[in-house]
Amino acid sequence: MSETIKTDVVIIGAGPVGLFAVFELGLLDIKAHLIDILDKVGGQCAELYPEKPIYDIPGIPFITGHGLTDALMEQIKPFNPTFHLNEMVTTVEKIGEAAFRVTTDRSKVFEAKVVVIGAGGGSFQPKRPPIPGIEPYENKSVHYAVRKMDAFRDKKLLIVGGGDSALDWTLNLQPIAKRLTLVHRRDEFRGAPDSVNKMRALVASGAMDLKIGQVSALEGADGQLAAASIKGKDAVERVECDAILPFFGLTMKLGPVADWGIKMEDELIPVDTAAFETNIPGLFAIGDINTYPGKLKLILSGFHEAALMAQKAYHYVYPDKRLVFQYTTSSTSLQKKLGVA
Amino acid sequence: MSDVQDVSPSTAAKSETMPKITFIEHDGTVHTVDAEIGSTVMETAQRNNVSSIVAECGGSCTCATCLVHVDEKWFSVVGPPSTEEEDMLDFAFEVTPTSRLSCQIKVTEALDGLIVRTPAYQGR
Repeated sequence: MSETIKTDVVIIGAGPVGLFAVFELGLLDIKAHLIDILDKVGGQCAELYPEKPIYDIPGIPFITGHGLTDALMEQIKPFNPTFHLNEMVTTVEKIGEAAFRVTTDRSKVFEAKVVVIGAGGGSFQPKRPPIPGIEPYENKSVHYAVRKMDAFRDKKLLIVGGGDSALDWTLNLQPIAKRLTLVHRRDEFRGAPDSVNKMRALVASGAMDLKIGQVSALEGADGQLAAASIKGKDAVERVECDAILPFFGLTMKLGPVADWGIKMEDELIPVDTAAFETNIPGLFAIGDINTYPGKLKLILSGFHEAALMAQKAYHYVYPDKRLVFQYTTSSTSLQKKLGVA
Repeated sequence: MSDVQDVSPSTAAKSETMPKITFIEHDGTVHTVDAEIGSTVMETAQRNNVSSIVAECGGSCTCATCLVHVDEKWFSVVGPPSTEEEDMLDFAFEVTPTSRLSCQIKVTEALDGLIVRTPAYQGR
């Protein structure tokens, strides 16, 4: 059992809006921990369009998703936030006046005065292939991630996909698997050329198999796979297997947010437009996940929401203090916090 | 004295020149809609509530949730995917030789009458 992490604010989601919230909170001497299901910061900017252009950030005529993420990380550096990546928040409970308990799927426990949900379109989760009857096998013999390699030792494995995840796990698991078969829809791979060459060499030497096609049916019982059918161009082939690892990328699912007792509307969280607070005092929602009259899902709107959220959050974190609004341009005290004065 | 025909000239002219696209959803629902030249087939679907086009990434060719199967007669007019798009098709399901990501198909006059079918499942 891990120790409870105590902090002012827990921010759920380390996308651009969650990152900028660190800045706005930091100016008000509020410390934050951020939790994100991805293995990197930046949210959709990092996962969906790292190299694609964004043209509507005020004052920045052109920037990529990756560039914006890097710039925000630089901007929030003075506030030294703590990141918990590769981790999904499973529960949020109110445990008192300005007190929340937050737990994650890695059994971490946080206690915070304020919780900010900046979860965008929800959590990025693996795409599930539409193979009939796949559900009973999931997490038993169909796995969307490898937590422990040893679980696949001496197993007959089917890895499905053509990108780096599929290729990396093929190369890592082939030495310990009883037999490994890589299945891909075409005989071309978008993964790193070096990995493709290594995989091709293993196929040529007979150390593993490569099948071109799509998995169309499964055989097995009680969640334990026995074989899969692979539909190729002209024929269907049956391949024996103990486990399948599909790698079809990620998709956004709302995830556990719906179970936290927050009022929701069409998978979005209604908030007031003075502070972007939910129906639960001290629990805020900013960025793409919230809704209010006139809402636009723009990064710039999320930035505005973060600034106003921070003003209200201050009253939960420092209930006895009076907040005096200041500008970074002229306030020595703010400039000291930013490390520039 | 014709107050019956209340179609403004601009609207009338517009719909005459606007290509029509037909979306056939997996459950048989058919939408035949006007498409704006220069927009994409994905945007056309979204404007007209064709709900089986998800388009999670908003048209950046990075999510493969706007898959369509182009009618075989139309495939030569629409043309094949780029290398980048072909790579993204790896993230889609039940891909056929005429599958395309609809965010990568730009509407032109030549596409007037285009027929595409949408899959039952876009990965979510």
